[in-house]
Amino acid sequence: MACLLEAPLRISVLSEVTATSRHYVDRLFDPDPQKVLQGVIDMKNAVIGNNKQKANLIVLGAVPRLLYLLQQSSSSPELRTECAVVLGSLAMGTENNIKSLVDCHIIPALLQGLLCPDLIFIEACLRCLRTVFISPVTPVQLLYTDPTVIPHLMSLLSRSQRTQEYITQIFSHCCKTPEHQTVLFSHGAIQNIAPLLIYHSYKVRMQALKCFSVLAYENTQVSMTLVNVLVEGELLSQVFVRMMQRDQPIEMQLTAAKCLTYMCRAGAIRTDDSCVVLKALPCLVRMCSKEHLLEERVEGAETLAYLMEPDVELQRIASTTDHLVAMLADYFKYPSSVSAINDIKRLDHDLKHAHELRQAAFKLYASLGSNDEDIRKKITETENMMDRIVSGLSESSIKVRLAAVRCLHSLSRSVQQLRTSFHDHAVWKPLMKLLQNAPDEVLVMASSTLCNLLLEFSPSKEPILESGVIELLCGLTQSDSPALRVNGIWALMNMAFQADQKVKVEIVRSLGTEQLFRLLSDPDSNVLMKTLGLLRNLLSTRTHIDQIMSSHGKQIMQAVTLILEAEHSIEVKEQTLCILANIADGNAAKELIMTNDDMLQKIKHYMGHSNVKLQLAATFCISNLIWNEEDVQAVVNSDCAHKGSQERQDKLREMGFVDVLHKLTQASDPNLCDRAKTAMQQYLA
Amino acid sequence: MAELAAGILPSGDPAFNYQEHELNERLKHLYPAVNEEETPLPRSWSPKDKYSYIGLSQNNLRVHYKGHGKNHKDAASVRATHPIPAACGIYYFEVKIVSKGRDGYMGIGLSAQGVNMNRLPGWDKHSYGYHGDDGHSFCSSGTGQPYGPTFTTGDVIGCCVNLINNTCFYTKNGISLGVAFTDLPPNLYPTVGLQTPGEIVDANFGQQPFVFDIEDYMSEWRAKIHGMIARFPIGERLGEWQVVLQNMVSSYLVHHGYCATATAFARATETLIQEDQTSIKNRQRIQKLVLAGRVGEAIEATQQLYPTLLEHNPNLLFMLKCRQFVEMVNGTDSEVCCLSVRSPKSQDSYPGSPGLTPRHAAGNAHLHAAGADSPTCSNGVTPPAKSKSHGFTGGVKYASVSSSSASASSSTSSSPSSVNYSESNSSDSTKSQPHSANSTQETSDSEMDVEAEHYTNGVVEGSSARIMNGTYKHEEILQPDDNSIGNGVTNDSCSNGRQLCGGNQAATERMIQFGRELQMLNEQLCREYGKNTTHKKMLQDAFSLLAYSDPWNCPVGQQLDPTQRESLCSALNSAILVSQNLPKQPPLMLALGQATECVQLMARVRSGSCSFARVDNFLH
Repeated sequence: MACLLEAPLRISVLSEVTATSRHYVDRLFDPDPQKVLQGVIDMKNAVIGNNKQKANLIVLGAVPRLLYLLQQSSSSPELRTECAVVLGSLAMGTENNIKSLVDCHIIPALLQGLLCPDLIFIEACLRCLRTVFISPVTPVQLLYTDPTVIPHLMSLLSRSQRTQEYITQIFSHCCKTPEHQTVLFSHGAIQNIAPLLIYHSYKVRMQALKCFSVLAYENTQVSMTLVNVLVEGELLSQVFVRMMQRDQPIEMQLTAAKCLTYMCRAGAIRTDDSCVVLKALPCLVRMCSKEHLLEERVEGAETLAYLMEPDVELQRIASTTDHLVAMLADYFKYPSSVSAINDIKRLDHDLKHAHELRQAAFKLYASLGSNDEDIRKKITETENMMDRIVSGLSESSIKVRLAAVRCLHSLSRSVQQLRTSFHDHAVWKPLMKLLQNAPDEVLVMASSTLCNLLLEFSPSKEPILESGVIELLCGLTQSDSPALRVNGIWALMNMAFQADQKVKVEIVRSLGTEQLFRLLSDPDSNVLMKTLGLLRNLLSTRTHIDQIMSSHGKQIMQAVTLILEAEHSIEVKEQTLCILANIADGNAAKELIMTNDDMLQKIKHYMGHSNVKLQLAATFCISNLIWNEEDVQAVVNSDCAHKGSQERQDKLREMGFVDVLHKLTQASDPNLCDRAKTAMQQYLA
Repeated sequence: MAELAAGILPSGDPAFNYQEHELNERLKHLYPAVNEEETPLPRSWSPKDKYSYIGLSQNNLRVHYKGHGKNHKDAASVRATHPIPAACGIYYFEVKIVSKGRDGYMGIGLSAQGVNMNRLPGWDKHSYGYHGDDGHSFCSSGTGQPYGPTFTTGDVIGCCVNLINNTCFYTKNGISLGVAFTDLPPNLYPTVGLQTPGEIVDANFGQQPFVFDIEDYMSEWRAKIHGMIARFPIGERLGEWQVVLQNMVSSYLVHHGYCATATAFARATETLIQEDQTSIKNRQRIQKLVLAGRVGEAIEATQQLYPTLLEHNPNLLFMLKCRQFVEMVNGTDSEVCCLSVRSPKSQDSYPGSPGLTPRHAAGNAHLHAAGADSPTCSNGVTPPAKSKSHGFTGGVKYASVSSSSASASSSTSSSPSSVNYSESNSSDSTKSQPHSANSTQETSDSEMDVEAEHYTNGVVEGSSARIMNGTYKHEEILQPDDNSIGNGVTNDSCSNGRQLCGGNQAATERMIQFGRELQMLNEQLCREYGKNTTHKKMLQDAFSLLAYSDPWNCPVGQQLDPTQRESLCSALNSAILVSQNLPKQPPLMLALGQATECVQLMARVRSGSCSFARVDNFLH
């Protein structure tokens, strides 16, 4: 309970403390309880609105004494209440004040006070608790330490308008994790707070609404419960819709829209529900307009981005609502040149929010453009959009950089944009720079974007290759983060697609076979898939196949065997069989399979597999093996090749492949049937 | 709702009538400030104002293209029947694309009278459109600007004109697409244009609920404008305004003789009352006498206190005497009252007996042209002059008085225009409540009887209390009205017990004699001032009462209703005030009337915000 300061500090501070402050504290120790009460009341009047006085009193140790008086059952109710009021007043000061109060264990003391039957006292305690808990410096966990606190607060909700206001405000500020949501939910937060949504006091309604927004956020259980809640016979979603009416205060409209957004994202409300399409979405778009406060515009844009992220139809609707795409361009105009000249205060305000505004706009653009090509086009055609992204990539604020790269990533899904605006603005340059040194979350987005920029039709591919990207990507494949490993190998895969020999060799050399095979046993199946994809891309065109197989044939065949034998998804096996088919397309590489009877048996097995995709891939492989090379132009020595094909055909016939192929010509799947027929024709030729 | 009668289709189609009714209701609800007699709302496409390639059907709501549709020279448009009135504040209509036809070259928008109809909306000066094929907006120009998405079969396109800031935005399937045009000129007509065969669109001018929530948009602007009014900067003049407001309240109280309240108010606000106490009390006394039906005494008191007043106002004197005669029939005037051995309960038949609170009907009716359902008619009888509100309120009773030729003054008292005032009454009455209580005590014994009897009767206790407070809540009064008469009578256990002059023989003789005197007075006035048809009519109506065995239930029986005293009371009060060189109307009522007129003037000069700044929005 003691609030001891380090001795030297105490002395130094004490010297500055005025005698009057000292006097206030001394009076708390008077033996006459009546005089103590008067002393507390005088202290109350002295500290109101006086931060310096508050700090003085705290330094002089008033807090432990006030807490002591507050907790003593021998203290009169008036005295205890006045103590709580003074403490509440002290909490209204600076963040340091709050810290000192929390260090003095004010929270358990006040929570204990809530057990007292005196309502006035309870209200004073709650008011002080509210002030302490809404401060960012207070650890919210303190509310949940004692498991009896939440149920008791729930029971106090109905006591008075004040208890309602303070408790809902505490809840809405202290519900930060899924665990908090669960605790509040399981103690009946929804049933207890729902009636407050239609309470006559605006403050209570607003705090109740905020509670629901924090409870529903990414919480399916809460959201699913909320949709069925009735408030005086009206569905909660309809109550929220009413709160979004345009003549309601902006704060209320915005928070109600958030509630519906969270319920929708948690799957409790369909994305085509009219309360989302015709109410929440337009409301959030409105919040982005110039006439609102900067904070509201940030919150509106972020919530809207979150709402429509997974749904292309909502993205389409939003993109045509109230010129949203053009409206967002205004988010980049802070601080405006006008405000700089006119008003220092305004400039300060603008500066503070400039980053927030930019990142919110980038997020919203990213969400808008994540699926629809027309919307992406509209975004890139917005004034200076690409320049803004490019400069956003190198901003000092990580939040802005991340949002900018998310936006870039979203737009990079467009073939057209990759070919045009991305190239014109050389976005790869800042992107590469960003990749050199950035936190993981930025790296994930940036490398994912890079994957798209390395697609073969992207004109940026060449300059990126020349900037030494391979080393960087190979480095990513060694990351601890699966997302980074996937992106690294994915980018390499894209890079290897139809690449020239030099690039392929460089990739293999830089990655190293050891790392390549480590990736083939990666626990993340995405990494495995992309690594197989890389192999497949490396093993294309006959000369490349032969060259790579001549140097790494043994390991590759080993890896392929391992994968085919292990438990893997159909997609992985299909990809592996495709690699085998590519190997079978090589001139010399063929022999690696033909001499491996075990492998041939495996192929035969997959030709008879129940999954058509695997059958197809295996058949493709056999087809390549028996291929009569004569009609292939790139053959060097046709006689030799022909002889080879004859031998292979004979061997495969012996192993019973012809029968299998014959059976497959009767297959119901037309592709498979065709493939088998083509292979059979090779025997006839 | 004159428009109703002038409907396009002959009646007989119940579905259509129903739709027409829906439309009227919705338009009235959306655009309450619009006076359709001056500025009718668009309700359909005009069969006259269209290009020949346009065909109309389905009550002129469906538009189809019937031209060749080869090129833009074959474009065709149609305008609505009327331009959008500025008093709408915010106007909205929707068009559903039934079929996009061959190419879907459809334009939806606005155009002024006289713009070429052989074009799509937007291509010419004073013409504005949003086109379906490319989603562009056309602002008086052949080249469009990228605006919104394209639209096609099944889409519902809305067009909203904001007459406050003169902008326009469109909606597609209930979603706002943002501002399309600014600086719009006034008097635009809803317009659609089509250009290729097979194109069909349906308009919704309010026949159906809209897809877009236009009322929500309106509520935002209402809040904005109310906020603007509430935050109107008065700066340094705060004190000045306060004094003005205090004077207004004070003068209002004084005007109507709320002596004690006025004094208390003056004390609290440290303002001065122009008139002296006794003068106010005198007026108050006279008013009370009139309202109690004791007109003879009122005349006497007036002559005594203001000797020359009635001499100089022979018309007023005549009206008073006429009323006195009516009250004699009623049995309330003291000249007959004192003669009869009055059954105290006989007074019960006047539950609506006016208290002190003024109703402002007669004196101020001229200030108001607009107004909807009037709550002022206490006996539930709607005079013929009031046909406006029949459809909605008093229609039930209409038939029973169809031949009633209510006197001019009485019809004004129930005129629809008094709606504002009666509302202001109720607010005012709360202030005056304590005073009303005082005044009851101050009244003479006989009046105390009246009050007391209301309570003992019990039937109309609620309403009598209200009357003391001076409120005339009509729905409530209406109910006790006929019934309570019935009830009162039942309590008296003589169902037809109300008798002429209270049933007293001597009183009846006195009445007849008084009637003769009145006749003579009329003749005298005719000689001095020439014929006066109003007087003649008044006299006729009054005398007609004698022709019926039960004057209370006869075609002219309305005269006997106590509420009919109010207009006279107000006229007398005004006359007294004028004679004392005081205004005949309280400044508060003048200001209110002026504000109402102002708002109406705003509509005429096309200031759309008038729609959301209506005076009755501020009278609670």
